[in-house]
Amino acid sequence: MERILFGDNQFFAVNHISDEKSRSQAIRFKSDEAIVKTLDNAMESGVNTFMCTTHDRIGNICGVIRNNPEKYKDFKIYPCMPYAHKYANAVTELGIMGTLKAFVPGNFLGSMFKGGVAFLSKDYISMMELLIDAEMKMFKGINTPVIFLQNVVTDLLLGLNMTDILVGFYNHVKKKYNAEAGFITMNMPKLLQILEDAGIQNPIICSSINKSGFRMSGGRALYEKVLAEKKFRPIAMQVFGGGAIQAKEALEYVCSLPQIESILFGASSKANIEDTVSTIHAFDSKPAIAEAEH
Amino acid sequence: MINVALIGAGKMGLSHLAILGAHPEVKVVGVCDTAKLITEALTKYSGFNCYTDYLEMIEEVKPDAVFVAVPTKLHAPIVEKLIAKGIHIFAEKPFGLNPEEGIPLVKMAKEHNIVNMVGYHTKFVGTFQEVKKIVDLNLIGDIYHFQAEAYGPVVIKNKQNNWRADPSEGGGCLMDYTCHVIDLLNYLIAPVTEVYSSIIKPIFSSHVDDAVYALMKLDNDVTGVLSVNWSDETYRKMSTSITIIGTKGKIISDASELKVYFKNEFDCPPGYSKGWNVKNVTELTEDVDFYLRGEEYSAQIDYFIQAIMGKTENNINTFETACQTDQIIQMIKQKAVAL
Repeated sequence: MERILFGDNQFFAVNHISDEKSRSQAIRFKSDEAIVKTLDNAMESGVNTFMCTTHDRIGNICGVIRNNPEKYKDFKIYPCMPYAHKYANAVTELGIMGTLKAFVPGNFLGSMFKGGVAFLSKDYISMMELLIDAEMKMFKGINTPVIFLQNVVTDLLLGLNMTDILVGFYNHVKKKYNAEAGFITMNMPKLLQILEDAGIQNPIICSSINKSGFRMSGGRALYEKVLAEKKFRPIAMQVFGGGAIQAKEALEYVCSLPQIESILFGASSKANIEDTVSTIHAFDSKPAIAEAEH
Repeated sequence: MINVALIGAGKMGLSHLAILGAHPEVKVVGVCDTAKLITEALTKYSGFNCYTDYLEMIEEVKPDAVFVAVPTKLHAPIVEKLIAKGIHIFAEKPFGLNPEEGIPLVKMAKEHNIVNMVGYHTKFVGTFQEVKKIVDLNLIGDIYHFQAEAYGPVVIKNKQNNWRADPSEGGGCLMDYTCHVIDLLNYLIAPVTEVYSSIIKPIFSSHVDDAVYALMKLDNDVTGVLSVNWSDETYRKMSTSITIIGTKGKIISDASELKVYFKNEFDCPPGYSKGWNVKNVTELTEDVDFYLRGEEYSAQIDYFIQAIMGKTENNINTFETACQTDQIIQMIKQKAVAL
């Protein structure tokens, strides 16, 4: 994975600190062109990986990428599925069964219910695979070397102790898409433990990691201990602590931690993207300079 | 260890179940739901003890506490049976279809001395907790107006076919969305005592309301406006906000951001100054041990468990305050103008 990954929250009005900012982002990124332009800005700064949720509008962005193969030949997308609000709003309206009926393709559910026989484990895994395939459709022909499960699903399965489903996601992504599975979580230490227990070696885990301890369940000290002692491939997200920390201080902290393979961030303006990228590179090269000086 | 069972493994039930599953002081002893697809998954993968009959479950697993997350029309009969058995109860909101259902249950819960709570999680959001502190300290002078709002994208097209579309089962924006706003208002400023007039409006739904607007008065004579609409697709998810105006200042808060204006320097609490102050939920939120969907969901469950263990009082989101909210919903219905 590249050191810096570009996120998509700003494109879809996801803002953890202000509903007003959310709205202004929704207005700013109303057109797909605005999104593509910002992605191009990220590319110009040397960031070639876009980590994005499987929002309907990403389908249009994928179209642009497919139509410009030369320009985007080094460009990668890390899909994060599902776009949770699509399902959450549907569950509120249709209930869980209604939502599954609406989103699982074909007549899978219908045939499952026929005859009233007991459901088999493979039925659940097959259903999950169909849902993954439905979400992956829009990425056809695009380089997607890592595919992520969104935190709301990862953490729901974690709390429900449904490790087999997490493993099922890992296996399907590997087998069908020749990709690595990644897991987004707000409970990194707990998740890493159960993945290790299930025999998944060196998993890719994307979690909040920031100086203010924001959304680091169990506390910052525990996260730092896990980063120092356990072997996995961590991605740090929410590095600015939802806006609570100054950019420089925030990035210095994350760059100083051991093992962090990638840093995920999102920004709307060219200047912000350039600033963040150069600050990360500056902090990354610091220890080397310090060593050379000694 | 508190032994907990769940009745109703739908959207909220599963969310509660995951948080309970990760709670260090909780053992999930049973789950009851009528959907086989769900219970078989919970049996196979989670190893939970699943039932389709809640009374059978209660008899067998003898829980200390039960989470009731079934459709609203089923709350009252289930809650009544659980209270009679002396079981602590966390029920989903709204508490009942009407206050007539709830009032006897409030009394009964007191008599049986059970810990009782209703899932109005908004009160556990950091920004609103800060609003409560500022209002309680009387820092913005005499409050003379409020605006309590919630918007979201639940019903955005002409299609609905479940219990949420049936007013007799507790469906509709008034029962589902508006109750949150009223409950928050009751808590933050003072209970609503009068509804002058209201508009209950279907937009896309054929049988239930999609928007609710009302003019109201609170127990402390403050008047204001309620505006709720769950058919507004310009919102990504439910967004609840409150504006409170007083003679010495103004508060505008949603679940992400708190903005407070103070007229005078000497009225400001520590950390605030004259003029506008902006604080984000990130700095007002306490950490939780397990996160799913928002700190407030874990915080309310933790509060309930702590109350059972006797480590905190049981005075937030009780059956009593939730029943008060149901009474106000009824007042809004009674005062609705004919459209």
